[in-house]
Amino acid sequence: MSLDSEAVKRIAWLARLSIDDDRVADYARDLSGILDFVEQMNAVDTGSAMPLAHPLDQSQRLRPDEVVESDQRERFQQQAPAVEAGLYLVPKVIE
Amino acid sequence: MHNSTIAQLAEGLRAGRFSSLELTQAFLQRIERLDPGLNCYVTVTAEQALAEARAADARLAAGNAGPLTGIPISQKDIFCTQGVRTSCGSRMLDSFVAPYDATVVERFKQAGAVMLGKLNMDEFAMGSSNETSFYGPVRNPWDTGCVPGGSSGGSAAAVAARLTPGATGTDTGGSIRQPASFCGITGIKPTYGRVSRWGMIAFASSLDQGGPMARTAEDCALMLQVMAGFDERDSTSVDRPVPDYRAALGGSVEGLRIGLPKEFFGEGLDGEIATVLQQAIDELRKLGATVHEISLPNMGLSVPAYYVVAPAECSSNLARYDGVRFGYRCEAPKDLHDLYCRSRGEGFGAEVKRRILIGTYALSAGYYDAYYLKAQKIRRLISEDFRKAFEQVDVIVGPTAPSVAFKFGEKTADPIAMYLSDIYTIAVNLAGLPGMSVPVGFCGRLPVGMQLIGNYFDEARLLNVAHRYQQVTDWQTRAPEGCA
Amino acid sequence: MEWETVIGLEVHAQLATRSKIFSGAATAYGAEPNTQACAIDLGLPGVLPVLNREAVRMAVKFGLAIGATIAPVSVFARKNYFYPDLPKGYQISQYDLPVVATGQMTITVDGAVKTIGITRAHLEEDAGKSLHEDFHGSTGIDLNRAGTPLLEIVSEPDLRSAKEAVAYMKKLHALVRYLEICDGNMQEGSFRCDANVSVRRKGDSRFGTRAEIKNLNSFRFVERAINFEVERQIELIEGGGAVVQETRLYDSVKDETRSMRSKEEANDYRYFPDPDLLPLEIGAALIGEVRATLPELPDAKQQRFRSDYALSDYDAEVLTATRELADFYEAVVRSAGCDAKLCANWVMGDLSAALNEANLEITASRVDADRLAGLLQRIADDTISGKLAKQVFETMWQEGATADAIIEREGLRQITDSSAIEAIIDRIMADNPGQLAQYRAGKDKLFGFFVGQAMKATQGKANPQQLNELLKRKLDA
Repeated sequence: MSLDSEAVKRIAWLARLSIDDDRVADYARDLSGILDFVEQMNAVDTGSAMPLAHPLDQSQRLRPDEVVESDQRERFQQQAPAVEAGLYLVPKVIE
Repeated sequence: MHNSTIAQLAEGLRAGRFSSLELTQAFLQRIERLDPGLNCYVTVTAEQALAEARAADARLAAGNAGPLTGIPISQKDIFCTQGVRTSCGSRMLDSFVAPYDATVVERFKQAGAVMLGKLNMDEFAMGSSNETSFYGPVRNPWDTGCVPGGSSGGSAAAVAARLTPGATGTDTGGSIRQPASFCGITGIKPTYGRVSRWGMIAFASSLDQGGPMARTAEDCALMLQVMAGFDERDSTSVDRPVPDYRAALGGSVEGLRIGLPKEFFGEGLDGEIATVLQQAIDELRKLGATVHEISLPNMGLSVPAYYVVAPAECSSNLARYDGVRFGYRCEAPKDLHDLYCRSRGEGFGAEVKRRILIGTYALSAGYYDAYYLKAQKIRRLISEDFRKAFEQVDVIVGPTAPSVAFKFGEKTADPIAMYLSDIYTIAVNLAGLPGMSVPVGFCGRLPVGMQLIGNYFDEARLLNVAHRYQQVTDWQTRAPEGCA
Repeated sequence: MEWETVIGLEVHAQLATRSKIFSGAATAYGAEPNTQACAIDLGLPGVLPVLNREAVRMAVKFGLAIGATIAPVSVFARKNYFYPDLPKGYQISQYDLPVVATGQMTITVDGAVKTIGITRAHLEEDAGKSLHEDFHGSTGIDLNRAGTPLLEIVSEPDLRSAKEAVAYMKKLHALVRYLEICDGNMQEGSFRCDANVSVRRKGDSRFGTRAEIKNLNSFRFVERAINFEVERQIELIEGGGAVVQETRLYDSVKDETRSMRSKEEANDYRYFPDPDLLPLEIGAALIGEVRATLPELPDAKQQRFRSDYALSDYDAEVLTATRELADFYEAVVRSAGCDAKLCANWVMGDLSAALNEANLEITASRVDADRLAGLLQRIADDTISGKLAKQVFETMWQEGATADAIIEREGLRQITDSSAIEAIIDRIMADNPGQLAQYRAGKDKLFGFFVGQAMKATQGKANPQQLNELLKRKLDA
């Protein structure tokens, strides 16, 4: 599977990653190489194998419906690059 | 003091031969002196460590100390530490101070351990050589021209160089075992779900598992005793009693059935390493173990499957780093899209970006079945291989890595060559089994690790086998030049 | 050309849990921004989700109420996209294995009963809110709502008009409130929907291309938005154009839908099972436990009201619109022990009008069921007339006293003593000889004059029926 520069740009856009124009070709080469490598998977017929998403065969535990968290806005927002009036700020969103 | 094991230090503290404060100061001095040449620590928390040491001394004096009270340990910088920067080796989190402790950190605090600092690592644990860290590579104390392995390279090097008696690591595809092997120390990746992932920054959630790295199996047992256990904050944590790991060390190896997968000893394994391993296996045989050849037929597919599953999960896990609520934000974004793309583009390094891109691609419309679903099916086949193997044997033994520590830059240009350095460890993560690396000798100046793989929740047996081996050998006592 | 409209609704009902679906933060509405967003809701590094039991029980309750299949194993999946109100860069939802599958509900439109299929209902987390007021050219993000549990209820494309869509949505609205799994507050966004709308030529078996109208949060908007969209699509096709599959937004001020191109670009959601959560297993024990908590459902209650209280279809429907109203009505009937139809008239009439005027919910009524029953008993036993009862009710509403106390205090007791009424009639006839003569000469409509005079003389307290009879007898004598 080989990815061209356009494909890399499209994936980078989906992943919201800026990539310098002069690096796009390198990424295309590396990613194509990785995909080729990964395609060794096709060497085996996985047929009816049940996909394994979790190593252990367990089910989801349920939590009681209790409020156990208190307001920590001030602490949390110390980590934020831009806040005002308790809100996180981002460049204007146009709907 | 620095050459003592955790078990010995704990005994010394209890006997009053030295205080935790003295012990802590001694390690802090070593770090100050030796770490500039090794770059193991991203952050040294000297003041906090001294305060914790004093508190530990008070606890020791009061007689309510646990086995690790007053023992200095260091945390891989992937575990959140309240009030102390948690960088995950990334520019993205260079200024991130976690508002909470990881469960693992909390448990060490409760045990009265003293945190010396936060250890360097591959960025977001993505790497096998520690060369992807934003803070620069860690150097291997056995040969500073070589990598320490990764991603827990800072942890392995710090333990090997006696800059800490014990460290935490995390292992998604070999990140505890491979650096333990490269640095000549002992490390165990427990069964998936044994150690809480709460506060441990996620790389690939279904594979990540924290574990201890120390000089001996006994020390690993002491640390794992503190780390392991159910945590209601982690849905994947397993509610199952934790055995007494140290007590289990006394068990015999007599009659132990050891499986040697033929796939682990074929081409690709360095001949010298094979020789060293053979000697270690002979030691185990002398201790009464029996050796059986087994087969794990789908092992060859583990690295390809891993490089779908891990990047897919990582592409989603790392979507939260968007420059809005925490972490790196680009200068003067011109719009929302620019904020996202540049914050992430500038905040993440090349390897992290490669994996996010691969994962994004593998999950995208039209490719999911061919990549992600296929990889999950292979995961099933691999775990079936192990299940069958453990019907015949108690422990699987093989190399931890196909080579000893390699030179800086040797594999950075070729991602796949780098990925293949985890060829023997990755399958264990895909299946969620416990795996361990034990130092068993040297090739030239560089240490060789032997991997022990156990059945689910069979950590006690792995530690026991490693401990018995370490009773009759002394590889774990060797120190790199200048570090003894 | 005859056109047929095809509509499917995706209704989002916020589940009325105390804490969020994956964290222990509160879900209460209206808190200061970001004070109810904990580390998990913010998606800080290293945090993990744990599923709220109550959210699961509520989903099961809904599934049982619509006769659906409860999946023995369902899976949480991540829906990946970037948006500032989505902290983790993915929404935890359910994709190919939802908790509730294939149920149905009946609606009645213009007397016709129709069954609407419900494809699925799945659990997911709500996003936060973007506040577009200007912060120096920035948008503010409030994540209090992030992580609030939602049940997304997806219908089959079985709806054929805006009217049907509204009827379906209203029915769902009543149901989730009956089940007490959602407060149904549409203004606060607790109950909202996306409408998938397409048109096709009558007789076509294939569906037309659909447009999805996002975030409709009132019944009126659902109706208007669909009607606008249907017309837009028909005009487009008749004008030689084609409908584009896209997401549209309804602008209630301009009463039109418009394309949301910003959302169009990123529709590769890259769903995959959330590795932080394990498969959700729901066994017979949990289902049995939840089944035991199921209340009488609206349809069954309506049926019972018709048979037990001999109410009309209309009355039964109105009185069962909410569980609270139905409970109130039944409390009145029980307490009054009298004519259920009289009770129905008063609950639907004067009481509802007073509630509307005061903008109060039935549960906050100033006249409770017992006191209303007390008043109705006085009508039934002829203590007061229906007309005076309205006056008494007014006073009860204002003062909070019982009907009996007001009747007593104001001397409103009806005069039913025939001799007393006759005496009054005699006096009136004597006082108005001219009118009496004219009446007796055939001017029948003067009867009303005598009724008026008698009522005036008794301050309206004469039993009207009795008065009529006596007056007629005496005038015609």
